[in-house]
Amino acid sequence: MGHKKVSSSRRSFFKTAAALAGATVASAALLPFNGIVYAAGTGKKDKPWYGIGIDLEKCIGCGRCANACKSENDVPHEPFYFRNWVEQYTVKNDGSVKVESPNGGIDGFKQAVPDADVFKSFFVPKMCNHCSNSPCVQVCPVGATFVSPEGVVLVDNNYCIGCRYCIQACPYGCRYIHPEHQVADKCTLCYHRITKGMSPACMEVCPTQARIYGDLHDKEGPLVNFIKTHTCQVLKPDMNTSSKLFYNALSMEVR
Amino acid sequence: MIEHFQHLYEMQSKVEGFIYPNELDLQWGVLIVLYPYITGLVAGAFILASLERVFNVKVLKPTYHIALLTALAFLLVATLPLVSHLAQPFRAYEIMITPHSTSAMAIFGFVYLWYLMVVLLLEIWFEYRQDMVKWGNEKKGFMKVIYKILTVGVTDTSPKTNLWDDKIGYFITVVGIPSAFLLHGYVGFIFGSVKANPWWSTVLMPVIFLFSAMVSGIALVLFIYMVVTKLRKKKLDMDCLDAIGKYLFYILIMDFTLEALDQVHRIYVAEESFEILQLMMAGKLYITLIVIQLIIGTMIPLLTLGFFQFYKPAEKFRKFAYFALSIMVLVGIFFMRWNVVIGGQLFSKSFYGFTAFKIGLIGGEGYLMAALWFVIPFCILAVLLWLLPPWKKHDAGAEVSA
Amino acid sequence: MYIPPQIKRHVLLLIVFVVAFILLRSLLVPSSFGQYGHYRGDALGENAARIPKYSGKDSCTDCHSKIVDQQATDVHANLACETCHGPGDAHVHAAKSVKLPKVGTRDFCGLCHTQNKARNKKVVPQLIMAEHYPEKNCIDCHNPHQPWDIKK
Repeated sequence: MGHKKVSSSRRSFFKTAAALAGATVASAALLPFNGIVYAAGTGKKDKPWYGIGIDLEKCIGCGRCANACKSENDVPHEPFYFRNWVEQYTVKNDGSVKVESPNGGIDGFKQAVPDADVFKSFFVPKMCNHCSNSPCVQVCPVGATFVSPEGVVLVDNNYCIGCRYCIQACPYGCRYIHPEHQVADKCTLCYHRITKGMSPACMEVCPTQARIYGDLHDKEGPLVNFIKTHTCQVLKPDMNTSSKLFYNALSMEVR
Repeated sequence: MIEHFQHLYEMQSKVEGFIYPNELDLQWGVLIVLYPYITGLVAGAFILASLERVFNVKVLKPTYHIALLTALAFLLVATLPLVSHLAQPFRAYEIMITPHSTSAMAIFGFVYLWYLMVVLLLEIWFEYRQDMVKWGNEKKGFMKVIYKILTVGVTDTSPKTNLWDDKIGYFITVVGIPSAFLLHGYVGFIFGSVKANPWWSTVLMPVIFLFSAMVSGIALVLFIYMVVTKLRKKKLDMDCLDAIGKYLFYILIMDFTLEALDQVHRIYVAEESFEILQLMMAGKLYITLIVIQLIIGTMIPLLTLGFFQFYKPAEKFRKFAYFALSIMVLVGIFFMRWNVVIGGQLFSKSFYGFTAFKIGLIGGEGYLMAALWFVIPFCILAVLLWLLPPWKKHDAGAEVSA
Repeated sequence: MYIPPQIKRHVLLLIVFVVAFILLRSLLVPSSFGQYGHYRGDALGENAARIPKYSGKDSCTDCHSKIVDQQATDVHANLACETCHGPGDAHVHAAKSVKLPKVGTRDFCGLCHTQNKARNKKVVPQLIMAEHYPEKNCIDCHNPHQPWDIKK
């Protein structure tokens, strides 16, 4: 009696296991691995899905972007709060890297090291990457920061409790606590401008048009064209943030 | 605000290398070091209490009620450093009404409430119910009212009902053990899940937090038991002390092993962040990490308690040793939290430089504030021990005779 | 079935607490919460409602067409007016009372034009400011809207 019971339960176990394994293999064949299409998420079909393109070959480090942002968005002018900033990288002949961002680049840059010691040097403007898989949105305990339907990561000034978890979670250092509003603050891609058909302030004033923004859904649009015609990278791709800030000519020293 | 800017300009001059411009000011200060420390003490004290209740370690009986009341005293204070550090403290309730399911921090409100109400308050209630009924009948005036309210009207002390006190209390303690793990484990997860920060981002973080919490909780109960007994001018139960010392030793080994594993793994794998973290451990964190946390807080207690497992010196020496070691461990675990929280913010996420941490004496995030939040639980404990004295309970055996 | 009085009392307390919590929550949660996701739907409108401070080059051409035409003939053609003059919205709405700054100091022009190895010479012409007429301001000689029209 006992022997029969054991073997029938063993049989049914194998049956179930085989069925599960078969189903897994079959479903894998039906849904082949999709790969990562610039890992930028897809947004909603009927809305734009905004991203940013920055051409590092065109940036001259004038700092007008960082300056305009502060004026446009009422960010205090003290050198501790930046929605965007510019970094100057100097790679010396001995291989060491010097990075600086005095007042975010707003007051301009001095060449860091005499010509003879410079191996190469370039500017890197930084801003919120408006990640579609945003770690800052993931960790907000109350829902005060979110990805808008258009793909812009925003902060709800009236709901943020100021726990600072989002600031810890951002791999790019884009966030800070606004000293007057006492809530988390960051680049909004000038949401109040782009929803009126204007470009963000930083892009408005860039003298070399090194910064563009665009709709990733618009396959003929400027941003998709930028990605197509340049060799683009995102910062810290291993973090899998699905950053939508695409740099052209991003050099290996940049963090 | 001008003083705040002044402070920031000063810190700017202490920056080494390059940091992202927004990284100058540390976001989480001493209050955020305190919170995991306090919840750790709660979880650890409770686990020690549960050793007696669930695993029948009778030798720990003298500390059972003290451990429970200590856990309650500290849990009552736990939220305060958290809420006071918020930039918008009056919006703190939002975490209870719209918790974001993807955020580990959002669990806080519910785990805290669950642990406070269901685990601690209920367990203490079931443990003390019969005594509260008795004291409610015996006392007069204001105290009579207090005890009557505390019984929430369940005044039946028939043997059948009393039996259920014990059964349900046991059940709650059993449920309380994983709850304690959750209460403190989620804090470890808050740090461990931040992929942007290589000092925090490790699978081991919740486990390390948990075991260091148990270490600190056991040390705290050891300390309080010795102090309370001395204040009551009673004799210390050496078997109990030795047992606590033994458990402290075992958990300390686990804690040390986990932390050592974390470091060895980091050194061996040597990821991109390794250089800057190594610079930080040898430089800015040298005193708090190597000297205080490792040597004073871990190695000396480990070696001493380990020695006691083989050879027990005279009672007087052991008493002094347990007292001194409990303080060393408590300080060591505080600095373990310090090293995690502050250490994680001292280096730039660009790995190109360091910022500085300056803590003031006064102000919302100063030393005095932190000291206040740590002292208040002891005051609450004093009130609790006066309100619910373990040695006056109807079944007080070990405490009264000690 | 025998239910001990403790359990009866505590289940009752629990029900009271849960009901109170649900009631309180329904009063406190903002009405637009959850509209588009786990956030207040109204926050989108609040973020969008800010008044822009930079108006864009097109808002300058109506009144300053001569300067814009002049600029189009020389190397600064692609520059937005507000790049140098700052946010224009206040001036657009109150042109007589709000004037925008005229810039042209060595420090300001140097933001773009100071020699720096990080700057691509093909993108922007650069010079060592200290060696180029150190006593003068840039706009003493260069018309900022037509930089190669140099006064003698």
